[in-house]
Amino acid sequence: MIDEKQIWSILEEVKDPEIPVLSVIDLGIVRSINTGDYKVEIIITPTYSGCPAMDVIAMDIRLKLIEKGYRNVSVQQQLSPAWTTDWISEEGKQKLKAFGIAPPNPKQQFCTSEMFQQEAVQCPRCNSYHTELISQFGSTACKSMYRCLDCKEAFDHFKCH
Amino acid sequence: MKTNTFIYILHLADSALILAQRNAEWTGYGPVLEQDIAITNISLDLLGQSRNFYQYAVSLYNNFNEEEKQAVDKYIPRLWKEYKRELQEDDLAFLREEHQYLNLLITELPRGDWAQTILRQFLFSAFQCFLYQQLQNSADKQLAAIAEKSIKETSYHLKWSSEWVIRLGDGTGESNQRIKNALTDQWMFTGEMFVSSIYELADVSSLKEDWTKKVESIFSQSTLEVPKQSWMQSGGKEGRHTEHLGYLLTEMQYLQRAYPNAQW
Repeated sequence: MIDEKQIWSILEEVKDPEIPVLSVIDLGIVRSINTGDYKVEIIITPTYSGCPAMDVIAMDIRLKLIEKGYRNVSVQQQLSPAWTTDWISEEGKQKLKAFGIAPPNPKQQFCTSEMFQQEAVQCPRCNSYHTELISQFGSTACKSMYRCLDCKEAFDHFKCH
Repeated sequence: MKTNTFIYILHLADSALILAQRNAEWTGYGPVLEQDIAITNISLDLLGQSRNFYQYAVSLYNNFNEEEKQAVDKYIPRLWKEYKRELQEDDLAFLREEHQYLNLLITELPRGDWAQTILRQFLFSAFQCFLYQQLQNSADKQLAAIAEKSIKETSYHLKWSSEWVIRLGDGTGESNQRIKNALTDQWMFTGEMFVSSIYELADVSSLKEDWTKKVESIFSQSTLEVPKQSWMQSGGKEGRHTEHLGYLLTEMQYLQRAYPNAQW
C-alpha cells in the first residue's frame, strides 16, 4: 500500500508555473489523494476555468511522481466545490507577499461585487493600505493590478475568488 | 434525454467559445493596455468555460450507443469521422461547420468599436450570470459543477462591463452616441436568449425578468433607455446564423483545416 502522506509531501515540490513560489498544496488545488497497492490517483480542482497553468500542473504532478518511482499515476479534475482563494494556505499567502504579490483578502469579509467599490489591499512592499486599483484584470486570470499611493510602486494583487 | 443534454451543452459551449474568439480580436488593440488585458482575460475565462462544456459533451458522446449517436449526428464534424478515433474536445471546437454551431447570435456579431464590445459583453454577462445561477441547481451534476465554477468569473465580467456601460453612456457626447448606436444594433439579438429551444435544459424565459431589471438599473445610471422596439431576431440556437460567423470560423479553424488532426 502506497503511503498517502508521502504523496502529499512530494506534492509540496510541485510549483505553480506562473507563480513559482507557490506549491500546489499552498494553492489549495489538491482536493484528495487516493492510493492503492500500486496506483496513485490525485484529484485537483482548477483555479480559473481558462487557467492555462492547469494542464501544465497536471503534467508536472505526474512527472514528479514518476521521478519518485510511482509509475501508475492518474490526475483527475473535479470542478465542484469550486476553488476559492480562501483555500490558499496562510503560508502560501506569506510567500505571495514576500514575492511582491498582495495576497487575497478573506472572501467573506472583503470580497465585493459592487460596482466602483474597491477592496482595501495592502501594498506588499511598504505595507500601506493607501493603494488604488489600476485594473480588475492583470497578467494572469487570478490577478488584478494596483498601485501604492505611498511608495508609488505598482503591484499585482491575487484577487479574491 | 441524454441526446438533448449533449445538444444543450454544445449550445452553452458554442456561445462561450464564439464570444471568446470575438473578444480575442482585441489582443494588442485595446484602447489602453489595462483594458486590452481585461477584455482578453474575459476571453480566456470564456474559453475555459467552453472547454469544460466541450469536454463534458465529448464524454457523453463517446458513451452513447449507436441510436443516440445517430440522433445527434448532424452536429458531429464530418472530418472527424475519417480520423477513426474517439471524439475529442478540439474536434467539436474546430471542425464543425457554421450550421452545426448553436451559439447565440449576439456572440458572433462583429467586434465593432469599444462601445459595441462593451455593450454586448454586458448584455451577455448579465444573461450568463442569471443562467448559471439557475444551472447551479441542475439535476445534471456535471452541468451544475461547471455553472458553479463559471459563475464566479462571470460575476467579474458583469461588474467590469456594467462599469464601462455607465462610463460610456454617462461620459462624453461621443461615447454616449457610440453606445446608443451599439444599443440600436444589438437589441434585436437579445430576445433569443429567453426563448427556449427544444433541447434546452434551463427555463430561460424565467430569467427575463431579472435580466431586464439588471439592464434597466445599469441603463438608468448611464442615461440610456431600454429600446421600445419589440421585433427580435432568432436562429442561433437552431444553427441559422448571420454572415459574420463564417468569417470568424475561417480564422479560428485555419490551423485544424490546413493541418488536419494537428496536435500541439
